[in-house]
Amino acid sequence: MDNLVMATPEQSVTERVEPLAQPPPSIEPAPPLTFQVKNLSIWYGEKRAIDNVTLDVASNAVTAIIGPSGCGKSTFLRALNRMHELVPKTRMEGTVLLQGEDLYSKNVDPAIVRRRVGMIFQKSNPFPTMTIGENVIVGLRLNGVRNQKFLNERLEKSLRMAALWDEVKDDLHKPGTSLSGGQQQRLCIARALAVEPEVILMDEPCSALDPIATAKIEELIYELKARYTIVTVTHNMQQAGRVSDYTAFFYLGRLIEFGPTTKIFTNPSERQTEDYITGRFG
Amino acid sequence: MYRSGLPLLINVLSFMAVAASIAVGERSVQARMASPSRFGDKAFEWLTLAMALVVVVLITLIGWQLWIGSSVAIKKFGFHFLVTSTWDPVAEQFGALPFIYGTLVSSLIALLIAVPLSIATAAYLTELAPLWLRQPLVSLIEMLAAIPSVILGLWGIFVMIPWLRDYPFPFLKRVFGWTPFFSGPIYGPSMLAGGIIIAVMILPIITSVSREILRSVPDLQREAAYGLGATRWEATRIAVLSYAKKGLFGAVILGLGRALGETMAVTMVIGNTPQIAASLFKPGYTLASVLANEFTEATTDMYLQALFEIGLVLFGITILVNLLAQLLLRTITTASTTRAVQ
Repeated sequence: MDNLVMATPEQSVTERVEPLAQPPPSIEPAPPLTFQVKNLSIWYGEKRAIDNVTLDVASNAVTAIIGPSGCGKSTFLRALNRMHELVPKTRMEGTVLLQGEDLYSKNVDPAIVRRRVGMIFQKSNPFPTMTIGENVIVGLRLNGVRNQKFLNERLEKSLRMAALWDEVKDDLHKPGTSLSGGQQQRLCIARALAVEPEVILMDEPCSALDPIATAKIEELIYELKARYTIVTVTHNMQQAGRVSDYTAFFYLGRLIEFGPTTKIFTNPSERQTEDYITGRFG
Repeated sequence: MYRSGLPLLINVLSFMAVAASIAVGERSVQARMASPSRFGDKAFEWLTLAMALVVVVLITLIGWQLWIGSSVAIKKFGFHFLVTSTWDPVAEQFGALPFIYGTLVSSLIALLIAVPLSIATAAYLTELAPLWLRQPLVSLIEMLAAIPSVILGLWGIFVMIPWLRDYPFPFLKRVFGWTPFFSGPIYGPSMLAGGIIIAVMILPIITSVSREILRSVPDLQREAAYGLGATRWEATRIAVLSYAKKGLFGAVILGLGRALGETMAVTMVIGNTPQIAASLFKPGYTLASVLANEFTEATTDMYLQALFEIGLVLFGITILVNLLAQLLLRTITTASTTRAVQ
């Protein structure tokens, strides 16, 4: 199984050494996979944004995607819930499997994909005409949930999971845009959590936030991974180091290196990765 | 160590020269720049203020002229002018109520037809239409705005009215004939025909303003909706239309302003009968139409005075409607924020 390569990157090393000279390699069981991306390429018009990327995303873990601007990391993220299709004239090749199902097979409705794979954006985007409460449950309402008791339960639960409940519980009828930037972003996280997705994609979720708000979101990401699989794009090297279990380094649309964050940050195999992480370019 | 003093001297000198030139260069760049002039700023301020005032002066002057031109009639008829229905130039009895009614009702009909059509068109153009279709459609809609009013009126007389009389009007009568609005005989030229032709005329402006407003909705809003699993209609509804609510209301008001003053095409299809009838199949008359029709035949001073007062009333209604709309807009906005703050 080739996705084992991701799970135990040291395997290739251990295979090459003499079996008797070393203690037997401790083969960890492969973690379950949420996404299996194979030979993914994406074009915007003539421009190739993603070039033949193969990568597996482990369940209940945080996978960070790093790389310089324009390296395709955001496009890759969006390919995981078909959001990139909103841009006209996109074309893709390859496969993306979510829990083994092909996201791009003809009979899959992108709306269903996006219910299962939620997304948080660079800038918080609560709906300005809705109250805080309405913002949280809008996804459930959209998808036909009418039971008020259930909606109220989900409202509180989602806000609690997003670590926002105590701050807004008395202001649920205020407009979502009345909150501070960091609170708005957590409101957007609550909104995404309310529909109980399997995965949460985050596209530079902290890039517009101050360090304190950023710390809160990072803490939240850490807590959320117990229940969700998280894929996050970040420009911030320290953030990737702090929150993620796996790191993928993209450059010019290609996946340069992928592995456990500790390995990527301490002992990268590729020169380009090392140069980028140490700040020599990017 | 230098072997002789000369190269050292040259070195030192050249270094000093470079240093000096840098220093001089810096000073001269700073020195070359003129002290910031306050004159330009002031002139700009006054110039733009003057331009802005032109509009205010123009509106005041128009209102003043209409007032002067109708002062005798205003004195003679007073408030009765607005609430009586007799329009008899021979007996010099003038009441403008049927015209006021006709203007308001025909504009209302026009809005009822044009607003849903325009906003739906704008939503289609910004959210749904394939890219290759967008520009041709926009051009077509703009072309509709370019059709001269009188041509549209001719089309109304020779094409629209006969068609309305044969198909939609009998249908409306059959289905809604029990209401007073669609009862009575079908003439053809009618309040409803007038409203429909105005709708055609205000469609382009409402559509193109709405389209600009929908286009200005940030993509981040759309993505928020799509990210939750919204379909295209749902995303358009919760992220686009509701975000743009205020702007769309403004677009509608702009259309209403046009509708109230629309003259030529309406005059040609509305029937020009000063009466207040519940049935929309009956002919009507608008303020703008009576002005256009009767100015040339206003032989007596009082007749002319009365027509001037009609102009003043139309002017007043247009301003009043705009003020009311702005007030309404403000109430809507504050209502939503107070509801939110409570």
